[in-house]
Amino acid sequence: MKPKNQRLVLLLLALVAVGGAVLLAMTAMRDQAAFFYAPADVARKGLPLDRAVRIGGMVKGGSIRRHADGVTIDFLVGDETAETIPVRFTGITPDLFRENSGVVAEGRFQPNGLFLATEILAKHDENYMPPRLGPDGRHKSESLE
Amino acid sequence: MIAEAGLAALWLAAALSLLQLLLGAAAVRPGGEGGLRAVRAVAVAQGVLAGLAFLFLIWLFLRTDLSVQLVAANSHSAKPWLYKFAGAWGNHEGSMLLWVTVLALAGGIVALLERRLPRNTLSATLAAQAAIGLGFYAFLLFASNPFTRLSPVPVEGNGLNPLLQDPGLAFHPPTLYFGYVGISVAFSFAVGALVTRDVGPAFARAMRPWVLGAWIFLTLGITAGSYWAYYELGWGGWWFWDPVENASLMPWLAATALLHSVTVLATRDGLRAWTVMLAVVAFSMSMIGTFLVRSGILTSVHAFAVDPRRGAFILVLLTFYIGGALALYGLRVGTVKEGSRFDLLSREGALVANNLLLSAILGIVFVGTLYPLAVEAVTGDKLSVGPPYFNSAAGPIALALVAIMGMGPLLRWRRDRLASLANRIALPVLLGALILLALSLFAPGMRFLPMLGLTVAIGIGAASVAPLWGRNLRRTPLFTWGMVTAHLGIAVALAGMASESAFTKETLVAARPGQTMNVGPFSVRFDGVEPVAGPNWTAIEARLVARRGEGAEFALRPQARLFSSPPTPTSEAAIRTVRDGQLYVAIGEEDEQGRWQLRLWWKPFVTLIWFGGGLVALGGLLALVGRVRRGRRARPEEEALA
Repeated sequence: MKPKNQRLVLLLLALVAVGGAVLLAMTAMRDQAAFFYAPADVARKGLPLDRAVRIGGMVKGGSIRRHADGVTIDFLVGDETAETIPVRFTGITPDLFRENSGVVAEGRFQPNGLFLATEILAKHDENYMPPRLGPDGRHKSESLE
Repeated sequence: MIAEAGLAALWLAAALSLLQLLLGAAAVRPGGEGGLRAVRAVAVAQGVLAGLAFLFLIWLFLRTDLSVQLVAANSHSAKPWLYKFAGAWGNHEGSMLLWVTVLALAGGIVALLERRLPRNTLSATLAAQAAIGLGFYAFLLFASNPFTRLSPVPVEGNGLNPLLQDPGLAFHPPTLYFGYVGISVAFSFAVGALVTRDVGPAFARAMRPWVLGAWIFLTLGITAGSYWAYYELGWGGWWFWDPVENASLMPWLAATALLHSVTVLATRDGLRAWTVMLAVVAFSMSMIGTFLVRSGILTSVHAFAVDPRRGAFILVLLTFYIGGALALYGLRVGTVKEGSRFDLLSREGALVANNLLLSAILGIVFVGTLYPLAVEAVTGDKLSVGPPYFNSAAGPIALALVAIMGMGPLLRWRRDRLASLANRIALPVLLGALILLALSLFAPGMRFLPMLGLTVAIGIGAASVAPLWGRNLRRTPLFTWGMVTAHLGIAVALAGMASESAFTKETLVAARPGQTMNVGPFSVRFDGVEPVAGPNWTAIEARLVARRGEGAEFALRPQARLFSSPPTPTSEAAIRTVRDGQLYVAIGEEDEQGRWQLRLWWKPFVTLIWFGGGLVALGGLLALVGRVRRGRRARPEEEALA
């Protein structure tokens, strides 16, 4: 093969590989990326029924209710507005899941507005707040300053 | 006094790195013989001083000197000594000091040991290394001083995040830092070679041990981090595509590509410009990794502090270095001569394919990690890109890559014939086909991707040992053994991943004491809970007795722990490793009727994932030892030639 041709073939291969990867990434992104909803967003934008989403907010005080099977719970997620999202989750909740504390859940909305969570994301930081709720967003270790 | 001495050592080291940059730049010019000797001395001194500063910090932590703000914020006198020690880098400032220390020590080692590079290239390399160090010294001294005093002195410290109180922490971050810094050394070599227009096999041979070493540490760090998340977070998963995990995966992908292209450059003098480009990309990825983890842009166990000034500082450093490197590359790449040529169907061709596919995966991970941040910055919409994206986009490419990995080593350099390749891979392909047939007959409900994964893993496992076929095993060079071991490790890890995703059995119950559950081939009896206590925690411990079929009984004791300082609940899973997998039990909460939530998993062959990762690192080590030994032997001849 002539050197010029070889460079051309390599370049074409590189373009095909990169183009393929971009295509794969775009399709996967369109189908799989989960948008993040706060309770106020749901009220404003309507229920996203066609895809998996993440929701986040605070677990309302006194809203956690256990089902008879012992592993399913219902609770309400609220934010600084009056809106709330009812959530149902089957499984062991993360260590830092409790009332009046931040939570992020992944799952799907049902047509009746119930959010069926497939996963409650463990936030490792006890001071974690969903972005808009944090009073100043600072980590605990900074409070000594 | 110790804190002041540490700070003084740090300032001195920073001053020396400025000196190293100036002297190194001066010694690039012709006639700078004496200059290089001075640069070498300064680089060694800088390494020693940075090492001293870090030792002082460890000393402060071991003594729990609460008059130092960093110690008060992150340590506690009642902590076990191992976590006082590891706590020195279990926080933002300390970990950045560790970063700089490793960087300075690496620079010192290059200065002491590197004898093969031409004088001006080595001077430029050391100057580049100093320029990187200088930015980080500035970051430490102006935005994250680890030695700041605190007044008044508090009575007790804040304690360390309990999730980080684990033996894994003692070596997980340092391993990754060694990897990041090793890549920065490779990058400095690339800058040196670009500055002196000396990109060729000699440069590749000088750079290769650093790429290999960095890659070994990154492999170990990622493997250890994955196992840590698996047993410490109690979710039973081994990879979450969390941005911080991606931050360590991206440099690994780039380093893997670099490792392979540098071999082409060293042995065949091909892929010159591409190899230099990869060194730039790999370094950019480790800088981005540091930025993602350290800027506090992500909320996770790795982001120790959220301080926007620091994020901005690292972002400026990042832009400066990456921009500078790309500009230099753009200016000088035209002067890099074309290397030797090869056919598409050849060892070089396979390595090019490896590089392209690795770059494609890198691109996918990069987009998935940074796109949500970009979207949020621009539109304010919050977007999360999770495992479904990464698995469906990167999975197919990874399988193609692994298939090429099986064929590559069986190809000859320069050119080969399709017929002879087919001949050599016939047996592995047949083996894979048999497995596929067996799986579709005996495991009909299996999903497509895991099935393909197992098939490819078995076929590639066979193909990766095929290069040893018909060779005199005693006379096979050590680095060939290394390559075979590393490739086999990938196949082993892939088999573990496919098996875990296809055959895992899960049971979730709220159990009363005395109740028996079944999971996979095991029956597990729950005998109730008891309180237990450790040095700085108390816990509820579940007593479980498990047996497999009619086999011997064994105990499982998962705990829900409560750490006292800071008060934090964590979950300690109980894991029983058997020959063909792991039984994994986590305990949840008690309900009103006195039942306890228990989550049980049977994960067949899950251990292969980390065992494979270990094999990959071992392969790297064998290759490194083999290369260094051969380099030693080859050196006298080369010097005679020069």
